[in-house]
Amino acid sequence: MREPIISFQRVSKSYPIYHRIGGIKNLLFNFPHNLRAFKQERFEALRDISFEVYRGERFGIIGYNGAGKSTTLGLIAGVIQPTQGKVSVRGRISPLLALGAGFHPELSGRENIELNGILMGLTRRQVRAKMEEIIDFAEMREFIDNPIRIYSTGMTARLGFSVVAHLDPEILLIDEVLSVGDIRFRQKCKDKLLSFHRDVTIVLVTHSVNQLLQLCDRAMWIENHVVKMIGDAKEVAEAYQQQTREQTRGNLSLNHNQGLPLKAAAGSPAAPIELQAKAE
Amino acid sequence: MFLECDNVVRTRAIARGSGMNLVRHFNNSHHFENYRDLLLVLLKKEMKVRYTNKMLGYLWSVASPLAFAFVYYIAFQVVMQVPIPNYPLFLLSGLLPWQWFSNSVDSAPQLFLNNAPIIKKVNFPRDIISMAVVLNHMTHFFLSLPVIVVFLLVFQKLPSVHWVYGIPLLMVVQAAMVHGITLILATFNLFLRDIERLVSILLNLVFYFTPILYSVELIPTQYRHLIFFNPVAPLMVNWRNMLMDGTLDWGYLVVSLGYSLLFLGLGYVVYRKLSWRFAEVV
Repeated sequence: MREPIISFQRVSKSYPIYHRIGGIKNLLFNFPHNLRAFKQERFEALRDISFEVYRGERFGIIGYNGAGKSTTLGLIAGVIQPTQGKVSVRGRISPLLALGAGFHPELSGRENIELNGILMGLTRRQVRAKMEEIIDFAEMREFIDNPIRIYSTGMTARLGFSVVAHLDPEILLIDEVLSVGDIRFRQKCKDKLLSFHRDVTIVLVTHSVNQLLQLCDRAMWIENHVVKMIGDAKEVAEAYQQQTREQTRGNLSLNHNQGLPLKAAAGSPAAPIELQAKAE
Repeated sequence: MFLECDNVVRTRAIARGSGMNLVRHFNNSHHFENYRDLLLVLLKKEMKVRYTNKMLGYLWSVASPLAFAFVYYIAFQVVMQVPIPNYPLFLLSGLLPWQWFSNSVDSAPQLFLNNAPIIKKVNFPRDIISMAVVLNHMTHFFLSLPVIVVFLLVFQKLPSVHWVYGIPLLMVVQAAMVHGITLILATFNLFLRDIERLVSILLNLVFYFTPILYSVELIPTQYRHLIFFNPVAPLMVNWRNMLMDGTLDWGYLVVSLGYSLLFLGLGYVVYRKLSWRFAEVV
């Protein structure tokens, strides 16, 4: 068997509800109540999740909003710790930052590339060696020395993707961000993702059945904080879409597009956004 | 503490609550060169944001202590006639280091909150953000020293040769203190969001309890020892003596070094205990 690069063993994660405490004032004047609240009221984000991702795999995580997808990604990235269970990750992680997350508006595109790459664990030398390639892929040569605050949303997204894609990722974490930019650049991103040779492991969080089908080999469906299904991307996508369709039918009997066959959905790039809107 | 070899396998084991919880990241260690570059890039970012318009940025940053010095001069010497010679120089040599301290501490609670987007997504040593900010404020203080030189010349004095060791020494002590305090405040403010209000009130109190507007000699003898309970007072007094006359009180220095190590230690204890939760709460 291939080597598991990410493994979750019976992982649960719950958060205390911090906002209950509020501030010092509230803490002092309402102490016993708050302490009790802090201990009891926890928000459960994941319950008893186990899965493994192998080297070179393209692994999709699908589910409705609030199901626990982003928490899973946070656990892989190591920014949060599980409440129970064991997470192990072997390899350097490159998170594809949400729009503008690692970017500072006053810095130029070039400086932002540097900042982003270094945040991901590379050195300045390594980032500089790839600089030109990154700029070319993002198609931003003319603006690269301007501060990023003048960039459009699409330009920032292009830059962000270009950075992670070119800095020798080992494990690439992508959280929904592929849905930005115009169709042509989106396609370019997908092609780039598919062109990585089989050393790069990709974990893609999405609620688009389409992306799952196009980009992933295997997938996990998280529903209500537990794993509903793990398996071949196609099978998971079908089951997910089946359920989405049934729920939509139950909720909105007026919608005449609900019977959309899977094949048609997979064929048109704009479809999943509509589907997802209906699902919610 | 930051030195980790490139290929060293890092294992983090965290046990808490009921049962063992383990998170392991192999081959994902940030090594020394990355730490250094991260610090440099973050520092550069801070500097750039501050000095976007270089000359104007510089003027703005010395304008504030100068304006305050002017106001205090009018209030305390012209009106209330404080018996201190060279009072404008006296004020400024206390105000510049104080500004460094108070600006850093004032912005400290917001530190991690302002960096929420990256804290949520990327696992990197978060204390580096604090270091970068501390170094930024320090550089900025250093750049404002020529103002002191100008004032020395105006009052027919010369910069002292003792500055060569005195200024770096005091800078290190203050940087360590500020870094420690920043870590404490930035961390706690994630959990208790009203700390920042408390901090601005406290800073105001501390300012008047610190001999900046007045000299140690003006404090009645029976209260004079109380300044040792103020962590910044010995440091500020030393700064002023060093900048004005090139003298250094080693007793004060030891006390302020003690305080700065204490804050640094506390800062890292707090940071270590709570940093795994940052991404949950920002």
